[in-house]
Amino acid sequence: MGLLDILLGRSKPAAPDLDQLFGLPSAAVTLEAATGFRPTGSGAVCFATVEGAAFAQTHREVQALLDADAEREGRPVELTRDAYGYSWLVSRRSPDRLPDLVNDLHAVNSAMEVNGFGPQLLCSLAGFEGAEEDAAHDRRLALVYLYKRGTFYPFAPLPGRPERRDNALELRVKAALEGDLRMEQDLSRWFPVWGAPGL
Amino acid sequence: MQSRFRSDRRLTARMGVTLFLLGLLYVAFIAALIVLLKSWVLVVVIAAVVLGAQYWFSDRVALFAMRGRPVEREEYPELHGVVDRLCAIADMPKPVVAVSDLEMPNAFATGRNADHAVVCVTTGLLRRLERDELEGVLAHELAHVAHKDVAVITVASFLGVIAGLVVRFAFYSQLFGGGRRDQNTAVVFAAVMGVSAAVYALSFLLIRALSRYRELAADRAAALLTGRPSVLASALTKVSGDLARIPTRDLRTAQAFNAFYFTPALGREPGLARIFSTHPSLEQRLEQLGRISAELGEATAPGGV
Repeated sequence: MGLLDILLGRSKPAAPDLDQLFGLPSAAVTLEAATGFRPTGSGAVCFATVEGAAFAQTHREVQALLDADAEREGRPVELTRDAYGYSWLVSRRSPDRLPDLVNDLHAVNSAMEVNGFGPQLLCSLAGFEGAEEDAAHDRRLALVYLYKRGTFYPFAPLPGRPERRDNALELRVKAALEGDLRMEQDLSRWFPVWGAPGL
Repeated sequence: MQSRFRSDRRLTARMGVTLFLLGLLYVAFIAALIVLLKSWVLVVVIAAVVLGAQYWFSDRVALFAMRGRPVEREEYPELHGVVDRLCAIADMPKPVVAVSDLEMPNAFATGRNADHAVVCVTTGLLRRLERDELEGVLAHELAHVAHKDVAVITVASFLGVIAGLVVRFAFYSQLFGGGRRDQNTAVVFAAVMGVSAAVYALSFLLIRALSRYRELAADRAAALLTGRPSVLASALTKVSGDLARIPTRDLRTAQAFNAFYFTPALGREPGLARIFSTHPSLEQRLEQLGRISAELGEATAPGGV
């Protein structure tokens, strides 16, 4: 931010960086080798809900675009609203089709950006699951992508315990993926996404 | 990058003119001081120290004055969740989140830069607003942090404070050292007092104007960040309507920090009082938000216009 911007009270909206998303498929391989977590095939894009007709039009178009994919099986993409008022566009693919999921996420992002809603993008996430040796439940893990930073961070809620996250696992995942993805180094930015659709 | 953000040229121009006038005033004041007074260095040094301290400790001072205390995620998970998301979407470091146990519905942000920022809301505000309205208010406060408003207002008030000090300084030295001076010194002192008083009054008005423009700028940034100007507008009407019912005792302790508030603790101000207020009128703020709402809803992307 320049001096002039400070003096005049302007802030430029942070621009999203979409390219890092394509690192996900190769990172998934590394993640499975290191921790046993496999992709669930579902993922979601989260963005602030903008008022007005232009925004509604944009996400209807995006939804139609994704649903038109002939190879899509199972449930169509769905749009949900979380408790914070943010919108999530959830895509569910079969677990072995991670590249398709990444394409879906990217299509949503670029459609939003082209229509001028880039500043409202919050994050994307891809879901992973794995059964750890001692755990009775399936463990869930999400790799969350922060657009404005172009970085990923892991989010692992502890099963059966509300609003607790498994920091040890998250740090392990971060260390494992350091070579594949640009991981978020500032831990204070790893905000929790409890109950995120697609997780 | 494609974006629906548009800069408001008129707001920018008004703010520029205000800043220019402030600068002009200060240059003139310094020149007058140098001509009229030999001991001006002392005054400047004292004022610099006082303001420097105020700037450096602004986060702690404001928190103490408002009886705010930093809260952990476990205590206020919702509040933290809202701030988390706003910071991620605006790409700024997360400020300290504080809650003040006051009935007055208000919020403020302070701190010398984004790394030392504090965002504080009162329990009165938390109770009255819906979650998305709270988000609008917090986005407004974060915009103050992003715009570095504490630094700008502190620097802008610098010479105004010096002028105020000079008036007092001259007044007391005249009062207590009176009889021993010759007529010439008395005239110089009177002139210094006169100039300083004028500078003080003018800079006071200009800083108020600057503060109003920066409020509008923060409203604007908040509306575009959350994408929902109407929600911010609804929060504004709720909070402003409540201000009339606030007991005056709390208002007096709050006055010094009005410049960084979401809404000032003054209630409605009619006519002439508008140029003395730190915040633009509710109508003005709602009108701007309405305009942004219309811009957001337009079918064509503004990049193509």
